[in-house]
This record gives sequence, structure tokens and C-alpha cells, in this order.
Amino acid sequence: MNVPSHLKYTKSDEWFDPATGKAGISDYAQGQLSDIVFVEILVEEGETIEAGKPIASVESVKASAQVYSPASGKVAAVNKALPDKPELINSDPYGEAWMIQLEGGTAGDVMDAAAYEKYCAERAH
Amino acid sequence: MINASPTLSADAPDQTKVKIVEPTIFELSSPGRTGVTFPASDVPETALPPEELLRPDLPLPELAEVDVVRHYMHLSSFNYSVDTGFYPLGSCTMKYNPKINEDTCRLPGFLYTHPLQPIETVQGNLALMYQLQEWLKEISGFAGVTLQPAAGAHGEFTGVLIMRAYHKSRGDHKRVKMLIPDSAHGTNPASVGMMGMNVVQIPSDSRGNVDLKALEAACDDTVVGMMLTNPNTLGLFDENIEKVIELVHGCGGLMYGDGANLNALLGIVRPGDLGFDVMHFNLHKTFAVPHGGGGPGSGPVGVAAHLVDFLPEPIVGIIEEGEDDLPPLYGFVKPAKTIGRMKAFHGHFGGGLVRAFTYIAMHGAGGLKDIAQYAVLNANYLQARLRNTYHIPYDRTCMHEFVAEGRFAGSDVRALDISKRLMDYNFHPPTNYFPLIVHEALMIEPTETENKDTLDAFADALIKIAEEAKTQPELVKSAPHTTKFGRMDEVKAARELVLCCWLPEDFSDQ
Repeated sequence: MNVPSHLKYTKSDEWFDPATGKAGISDYAQGQLSDIVFVEILVEEGETIEAGKPIASVESVKASAQVYSPASGKVAAVNKALPDKPELINSDPYGEAWMIQLEGGTAGDVMDAAAYEKYCAERAH
Repeated sequence: MINASPTLSADAPDQTKVKIVEPTIFELSSPGRTGVTFPASDVPETALPPEELLRPDLPLPELAEVDVVRHYMHLSSFNYSVDTGFYPLGSCTMKYNPKINEDTCRLPGFLYTHPLQPIETVQGNLALMYQLQEWLKEISGFAGVTLQPAAGAHGEFTGVLIMRAYHKSRGDHKRVKMLIPDSAHGTNPASVGMMGMNVVQIPSDSRGNVDLKALEAACDDTVVGMMLTNPNTLGLFDENIEKVIELVHGCGGLMYGDGANLNALLGIVRPGDLGFDVMHFNLHKTFAVPHGGGGPGSGPVGVAAHLVDFLPEPIVGIIEEGEDDLPPLYGFVKPAKTIGRMKAFHGHFGGGLVRAFTYIAMHGAGGLKDIAQYAVLNANYLQARLRNTYHIPYDRTCMHEFVAEGRFAGSDVRALDISKRLMDYNFHPPTNYFPLIVHEALMIEPTETENKDTLDAFADALIKIAEEAKTQPELVKSAPHTTKFGRMDEVKAARELVLCCWLPEDFSDQ
């Protein structure tokens, strides 16, 4: 499982990059969901959102899930290419599969990589 | 031109058993073939609709009657049903549908009536609906029932509309939150979302019950109510059900019961007595109305006394009391503060209501109780036989179903692989990957229908597959091997959606 150390993570498996303001779902989340077949981004550029607000919904062959914003701030950009290539979430969850980018984003209830790794390991049982 | 005859697939692994691939009915079509001949018209011709509404290029299939019959007979032989084998699809209550139900729903008095007929001409139908309402009230402990909703999720939507109307009628406009456990059916949050309400997810505790601390923290004066399935989707009866209901009622919320798992409770516990305010029934689960390709469903809703006035209109009532030997006159009545009509006409009458009525009548009160007891016994028997082979994360006495993990230490065989391999043993797979709170969930609901021999054969197969997962994992991961078609490409099917019966021109060249 890939847990980049420069990112912050939520209990609901989103990641947030404090340096760039980008957010998406973690490698653990994509692994649990398996092959993602649909993604819809629910927020628009220019919108100001609170941490915890639903920002996207994703569907895999197994399940569908809401993605919640890991941070508060103004939506500077949304990844418009992602809905056409939902499989990017499986292949590159921290890179090409970013979902939104926040301007002046303040992280909500997040943990660091070490804590998140431990949190995921606990849930495997 | 598309090949118009059944083809032999070149990659059939065993040439003594050629695989027949059935073309679609469009591929079987040949210009000029016909299945019916119309008699000469004996009525005056009328003009066609305006030209812009006519679609002369629709590729309607042209076939002889025998081609159509064979096509659908072939397809039906590919199918797996409750009539062909064991169908332990958790949460769906795939019990056997007794054939007497088919006789009664085809009685001419039921079959050849129209919902718009004057009530004086359909008293038998109305009497049946009235009696079914009464029986459902008695079974569930509610004060009123509507038979209108078309299926379970439609019943949920109806129930949530009633809850909203109740709060509104009291001038209580703050309530926008619905509390839903993390083990809930996905239809619960979907129904709430359709109403524009907010869903607040309540976690489960380590025993699979609603987490009381989290519930207490979520209960405030913005709560519409809580939607709870009990027994829940883990097959567990909430051990704190009275406390859960007390907390929700304490903050002014209403308690919605998802009746999906009512089969476990028949004749034992009445949701109305527990304090639920609203509940939908799934006649197509609990009361043996065919479903799963054999639908339609039927999702009546029961309500407690304080909600009776909000039921959808119309419901069947007695318009004039009977006397001595005269039966009462049945008709349609409108509840005082009704939320309105939920469906054209009066519910799925022949397909759902007559069959469910027959099922209840044939079993009687004692028989209904037997159903619940055998359903629970069968599930516990299977759970006990599988406990040492499959990990059961919430392991306690279950109700009508239980959830096992479809994974083994040191193996990459998954719930999906186990499910596909079960098809090779001629069993329908259990529900998999639901509920979401169990890893690689295999949700197994045997129902009361099955005898011990069938349960043992199923347990033997699952135990054998666990062994295969260790010794021959590739065999399991590439299953099924004995079905008409091998493993479907679910990812491709979901990503490249082609939902037309024929290929649009844009695709047909590819």
C-alpha cells in the first residue's frame, strides 16, 4: 500500500496535499473499492467548501462511495479529465487522479502518513 | 450482415461439449419473416400520427413464431432460479414461491378486472385488499397500511414522505437529518437523498448493534428520524433496540423500519409493538411474491396510529357496514391529511397482492411463525457448519442470515471468486460485497424453504472451495467453468455502457 509521507489523510480515506491544495482518495481506498467505473465531481470551481462536504461520488464494480473534502477553502480547480478516465483512480490515486484543488485550503480532521498507515492496518482485521 | 444462426464458439475447451452462443433477437431477424397474420380490417382506416412522430427506420426484429419461442426457451435454460436450485442471496429472501399463488392470481375474477371499474363490480378484489391490509396490520402491529407502493424502495420513499408530512403538520420545520446505520441498505440513503434531506451515518458497535454513543450524539431537534433494518444486514437483531427507539423518540424523531428482513420476525416480534412508527413490507421477499427477474415487487407501508391520517390515498375501506348475512360494501377512502397518491391505480394487485394474500391464507398464524423459526434455524445451522472455515466477524446467534468473510490468510482468492466457483457446484452465489462493513462480505440467507440435505450440500461446497483456494487457487479465480458463459468482464461492462437493444450506427462499423 502506497502512503506518501508528504500528504495528510482523513478517516474516510481522502488525501490532502497542504503544499498544492490538491485532494483525492487514497491508495487504500481505491484498493478496497476495486476497479472504479464511474466518478462524478460534485463541486464547481469558485465554490467555497467546508471540510467534510461531499466533493465527489465514485462507483466501482463492488460499491459506490461518497468522497468528502479533507479541507476547507475555495475550489480553485476541479479535475475535469477524471470523469472520462475513472480508472486513473486505480492506477495513480495521488497523481493524475486528484479530484479538486483548493486555494488557501485548511486541512480538516486529518492525520499524518504514519498514523494513517496504522489506521489502515487496523481495519484489515 | 450479422450472423443469423447460433454459432459454435471456437474456444470451447472441450470439443465434445460445444458451447452454444445465443444471438440476440435482433441478430436472428430476417426481413419479411413474420409471426402473426392480421385478419382483413373490418373497421375504417384512420390517419397515422404526424410524420415527425413516425420512426420508419426502427430495426424491429422480424421472426416466425417458432423462432421467437425457441429464442426465449434457450435464454430461459441459461437462467438460474429458485425453481432450479438453492438461491442463498442474502437480504433478498429468495424463498420458494408456492405454485398455488400462480393459480389464485389467475382466477378470472382477479385476472380480468380493470382498476377503473365501478367498485360495485369489483367487491371481491376490494375485499381481498382490505383483508390483506388487516393481516399486515396484525402481523406488524401497525394501525394502518397502504398497499400502493410498487416495491421496497418506493415504500421507503412513501414512508419518508409520511414522516416529513407529520413534522410539517406540527409546524416543526427544522428537521432535515435522517440517521442511518452504516449497515443499512443503500436504498435508505437514496430515498432520503431524493427528499433533499441530509443523511447522517451512525456506526455499528463491535457486536453489530447501533453504536449508542454515536446515536445519542446525533440526536437533536433537527432529526427527522432514523431508518433502521432490524434484524440488520448482518442478520443480527439489535440487542439495544428499545434504547435506540427511545433515543430517537426522545429528540422528537420518528422510527422507520426497513421491512427487508421481516422474515425473521413473523409471529415472534411485531415492529409496531417495539415502537417503530413506519415500516415497509417487501411482499416479494417475506410473502413469496416472485422477484429477481420475476417481478414486479410490492412494498406496502404500515404506520402507527399517529400517522394513519398521512397515508397515501386512496386506501381500501368499508363504506357501508354489512349486516347479518350481507357483507360490507368496500370502497376507496381518503386519509384526512394524506400525502397524496404514490402510484397510478392501487398497487401491484394481481402480481403482488393476490399472491401475498394466498401465501398468508395458506400458512395461517401458526404457519407464519414456523416460517420465521425455520428461517432462523437454517441460517444458524449453516453458520455453525461454516464457522471453522470462514471467518464470521460479528459472530453471535444470527437471525435469518449471516455474513462471512470470503478471504483466507495468505491467499488472494476473494469473495467474488468464491461466488463464481459456487456456480460450478450449481448454487446461486450469496450476496457479495454487502454490507460494506464486512471485508469481502458473503451474505448468506438460506430461507425456511430449504431442507437439511440442501443446506449440507451447500456447506460442503463452500468448505471444498476453501480447500481449493489453498490447493488450486487458479481454479477458483478463473471460475465459473461449467456455466454457459465463463467469467464476465464486469469492469468493461460498467465502463463501456451500451444500453441499446441494437448497435447505433456509430458503433456498428467497429
